[in-house]
Amino acid sequence: MNNPLLTVENLVKYFPIRVGFFQRRIGKVRAVDGVSFDIKNCEIFGLIGESGSGKSTVGKTLVRIYKPTGGAVWFKGRDVTKSTKENLRFFKKEVQMVFQDPKSSLNPRRSIKSTLEDPLIVHRIAQNGRDRERIIGNLLQMVELSPNYMYKYPSALSGGQRQRVAIARALAVKPSFIVLDEPTSALDVSVQAKIIHLLQGLQREFHLSYLFISHDLSLVRTIARRTAVMYLGRIYEIAPTEKLFTSPLHPYTRTLISAVPVISKEEQEAKPMKQSRGGEIPSPVNPPNGCAFHPRCSLADKICSQQLPELVEVIRGHFVRCHHVSFNMPSVKQ
Amino acid sequence: MKNKQRVLSSVNSEFTTTQWMVLKDKIGRAWYRFRRNSISITGGSMVLLVILLAILAPYVTPYPQHAGAFTDFLNAFQTPSKSHWFGTDEIGRDLFTRVIFGYRISLMLAVIVLGISVPLGVILGLTAGYFGGRIETIIMRTTDVFLALPPLVMALAICAAFTPTIERAMLAIASIWWTWHCRLVHGITRSIKTEEFVQASWVIGDSHFRIIFKDILPNCMSAIIVKTTLDVGFVILIGAGLSFLGLGTQPPKSDLGTMISYGAQYLPTKWWPTVFPSFAILFLILGFNLLGDGLRDMLDVETEGI
Amino acid sequence: MGNKYILEIRDLHVHFRVYEGISRVIDGISLYIAKGERVGLAGETGCGKTVTMKTVMGMLKIPPAIIPCGEVYLNGRDILKMSPKELLQIKGTEISVIFQDPMNALNPVFTVGEQFYDVIRFAQQRFSNGGNLSRERIRNKMIAALKEVILPDPERIANSYPLELSGGMRQRVLIAMALVNNPKLLIADEPGTALDVTIQAQILNLMTKLVEVKGISILIITHNLGVIKETTERVYIMYGGKVMETAPTNVLFRNPRHPYSQGLLSSVPRLTGGEIAEGIPGTVPDYITAPSGCRFHPRCNYAMPICAQKEPPLTMLESDHYVACYLYAKQGGQNE
Repeated sequence: MNNPLLTVENLVKYFPIRVGFFQRRIGKVRAVDGVSFDIKNCEIFGLIGESGSGKSTVGKTLVRIYKPTGGAVWFKGRDVTKSTKENLRFFKKEVQMVFQDPKSSLNPRRSIKSTLEDPLIVHRIAQNGRDRERIIGNLLQMVELSPNYMYKYPSALSGGQRQRVAIARALAVKPSFIVLDEPTSALDVSVQAKIIHLLQGLQREFHLSYLFISHDLSLVRTIARRTAVMYLGRIYEIAPTEKLFTSPLHPYTRTLISAVPVISKEEQEAKPMKQSRGGEIPSPVNPPNGCAFHPRCSLADKICSQQLPELVEVIRGHFVRCHHVSFNMPSVKQ
Repeated sequence: MKNKQRVLSSVNSEFTTTQWMVLKDKIGRAWYRFRRNSISITGGSMVLLVILLAILAPYVTPYPQHAGAFTDFLNAFQTPSKSHWFGTDEIGRDLFTRVIFGYRISLMLAVIVLGISVPLGVILGLTAGYFGGRIETIIMRTTDVFLALPPLVMALAICAAFTPTIERAMLAIASIWWTWHCRLVHGITRSIKTEEFVQASWVIGDSHFRIIFKDILPNCMSAIIVKTTLDVGFVILIGAGLSFLGLGTQPPKSDLGTMISYGAQYLPTKWWPTVFPSFAILFLILGFNLLGDGLRDMLDVETEGI
Repeated sequence: MGNKYILEIRDLHVHFRVYEGISRVIDGISLYIAKGERVGLAGETGCGKTVTMKTVMGMLKIPPAIIPCGEVYLNGRDILKMSPKELLQIKGTEISVIFQDPMNALNPVFTVGEQFYDVIRFAQQRFSNGGNLSRERIRNKMIAALKEVILPDPERIANSYPLELSGGMRQRVLIAMALVNNPKLLIADEPGTALDVTIQAQILNLMTKLVEVKGISILIITHNLGVIKETTERVYIMYGGKVMETAPTNVLFRNPRHPYSQGLLSSVPRLTGGEIAEGIPGTVPDYITAPSGCRFHPRCNYAMPICAQKEPPLTMLESDHYVACYLYAKQGGQNE
C-alpha cells in the first residue's frame, strides 16, 4: 500500500521544429524537461502551471499520446516506457484520460453510444450488442445522465453533459488511474461544481487516483491532496496542497497564487506577496539558462542564471527547486 | 446520495428518446436546412428529373428505337415540331429520344468514373494523412505528378494510343480523377488527426484501422459528398469533350458529345442538332452544380448543432 | 432619459427564429451605465449576455434575430432605430469592443501597424469629412496608444505580425486599438480569459487604470466572478435572458440575495480551500419553451407557487441593489 501507484522519473519530451519543403529540423520545443514525481493509490495529485509550462504535455505523455523522449514511467511496478504490446494493452486498461475541451473530445459524427462502445469493443469487455447497451446505460447513470442519452449526438448536449460522457468513456475500461487535463476549464462555474463533485464521488467509490492538471489554483486547492507547480517544462515545487497554499516557498508559486482573481476579502488577505518583476513568460523553445524563472524573479542572483537548482526536500514532503530557499524559512505573509 | 437520486429521477422523467426519434430529428433538421435554400431545391429537382428520364428512357421517349441504329433519310433534318420536339438529325432520328438516351450514357460515365476514383482517392488520402512520414510522402508526391497532367490531355493520349471506346475513356479519366479526392481527404485527415477525439481513441486503445474508419472518415464525408456532386458536372463535360473529338462513344450510340460534333458541321442553318444536345449538357451540369452548392451549405452547418 | 447615462437599455426583448420555433433569448432586461462607471454583466453560458453585447454593438443579424420591443440608448440616441449608416458612425468611435480571444481578433496576415492604421483612419473618415490625418500623424497617434498600454518598443510592435507577439502583448494591442479613438463606452468580452493568470492580472490592472484615467465607461461581460470582483463597481447577474440581481459589486459578493446569485457564488472554489457547494441542480432553460413566471424557478430551492405563475418584479432592497425574486417582494421595499 505504501508503494506508489505511478512513479515518473526524469520524464523528458521534446518536439522537433521542422520547416521547409524537406522538413529540416531547426530546433526543438522543450515541453517537458526532466519531471519527476509519484502518485500514490487513491490520491488526487494536482499539477498546476501556466501556458508553456508543459503540464498538458506531461499528461499526454503519461497516457502515451506522445512517446517520451527520455526518462521512465513506472506504473504498478512495471516500466511502461518499454512499449511492448503486452505492456501497452495492460496500460490502456488501467490508465485513461479526460480531455479539456468537451467540444472536441467527442467525435461530432458519432452518437454517444458509438463513442462509449469503442472501449468496450476494443477491450472485449462485453459479449454482444445487448450486453454493451446495458453497460453503456450503466456508465451513463454513473455520471448522472439518463441512459436515453446514448442515442444522441454531442451537438445536442451541453458542455457539462459532454464532459460527463467523456468521464464515462474513461471509466468504461475500469481504470485505476485517470489523467484529467483541465476537465472543467471550459465549463461554467456552477456546472464545474457538479462535475467536481461527481469526480470526487467516483474517486471514492472506485478507489481511483487522479492526476488533476489545471491552471485554476483555487480549484486545485479544493480537490487535490498534493500539488506540483510547473514552469517551462520543470517542476519547481511539490507539497501537500494545504502547505503549498499557506506557505508557498518558491517565488514563482507565490507570484502565481498572488495573481489569482478572488471574490472575497478573506482570500485576498490570505494571498502571499508576489515575488516577480513582471514580464512575459518565455517560450519553451528558448528557455532561460539555469533556473528558468530567473528573468522574472525578484530574488534572482548571478547563480540563478548559471546553474539550475535541484529539487530538494526542505521540509518533509515539501520539495522546492530554488537557490534561495533554505531550511530557515521566512513566514509567508509579509 | 439523496441528491443524486433526486437528480437521476428528474433526468429520467424528462423525456424518453429512442434511436428512431433521434434519426427522425436528424433527417428533419437536414431537410429543413436543405429546403430553406432555393438553390439546392432547384438543383435537386433538375438532377432528379434527369435521373428519372435516364432510368425510364425506353418508356418516356417517343421513338426509343431511334437511339440505336436506325435510318430514315426521308425524315432527315426535320425542324422541331409536335411529332419531333427537338427535330431530327441528319439520318432522320428523333433528337429528343437521342438526347435522353445520351443522358444515360453521360450518367453512367459519371457513375463508373467516380465509382472507381472516389474510393481509391479517399483510401489513399486517409492513409497518407493518417500515417504521415514516408507513406505520406510517397502517396502525395505521386498525386502531385498525376495532378500535373491535365485530365483531358491524359484521356486523349490513352484513347488515341489504343482504339478509342467509351470504356477506355472512362478508365482514362478515372486514372486522373482520384488525385483530387486524395488531396482533399489528405488535408482533412491531417487536420482531424490532431483533434482530441482522435487522441481519445488512441488512449482507449483503438487500432489504426478503427480510428481511420470510425473517427476520421465520417468527418470527411460531407466534403467528399459535396465534391463528388460537383465532380459529376466536370466528368460529364470531359466525357462529352472526348466524344466530341471522336474518341469516346462510337456511333451509332448516341452520346451528347458525339451529337454536338456531328451537328456542328451544319450550323448555323440547321441549328437544332447542335443546340439541343448542348443545352441538355448545360442543364445536367448546372443541376449538379446547384445541388452541390446547396449540399455544401446544408452540410457545413451540421456540426454546429443548430 | 437625458444624457446622464452613457448606456441605457430599457426592457429589451430579443428573439430568434430557429428550426423548432421562436427562441426568446432575451425577454426584458434593463440596465444602465453612468459616465465613467465600471459595470459588470455576469452570467453563465446561455444566459444571453453575448446577445446583449451584440445588440448594443449593433452586430445582430436581424433575420434571424427579431427585436419585438425595447430601446438601447447610447448617449441618449436609440441604437435600434439607427440606420446602418448612423451605426457605422458610432462603431469604433463612441463605442468600442475588446474581444475575447486576442488570437482571433487580430488578422494574422497584416502587421499590427497596418491594422491600427485602418482603425484610426476609419474613424477619421467618419468625423472629419475631408480633412484626413496624414500618415505621419496617424503613426504618431498609434505609437502613443501603444505606449499607453505599456508595450516596450512600440515601433517594433507596430511592424510585427500578430503571430510574433505573445498573448499578453496581443491583448494590450487590442486594448490600445479600442481606446485610440477615445470611445465613451468600452465593452470588454471575457477579458483575459484566454490568458494565463499572471498575465491576466497585469492586463486587468492596466485596463482598469486606463479607463479610470480617461473617464471611459466600461462594460465587462464575463462568467468569471473573480474578474468581476477585481474590475467592476457595479454588477448585473443575468440568467435565462433576464436580470436576476444587480448591486454594487462588493455588496453583492458579500451578501448575495437572489438564490441564483447565492448558488453561483457558493460554487466558486476558494483560494483558501474548503468544500465547494454542489452547484445548482438542473440545466439552463430552453428558450423556446421557457419556464413560465420566473425563469429560475425549476432550479430554485426556495420556489413558491407564485414563482411559476408570474415573473417577479425587480424589488429594491437598498439603493442600487435590486433583486428579481418573490422572496423579497413580500418583505417590503419598493417595486420597480
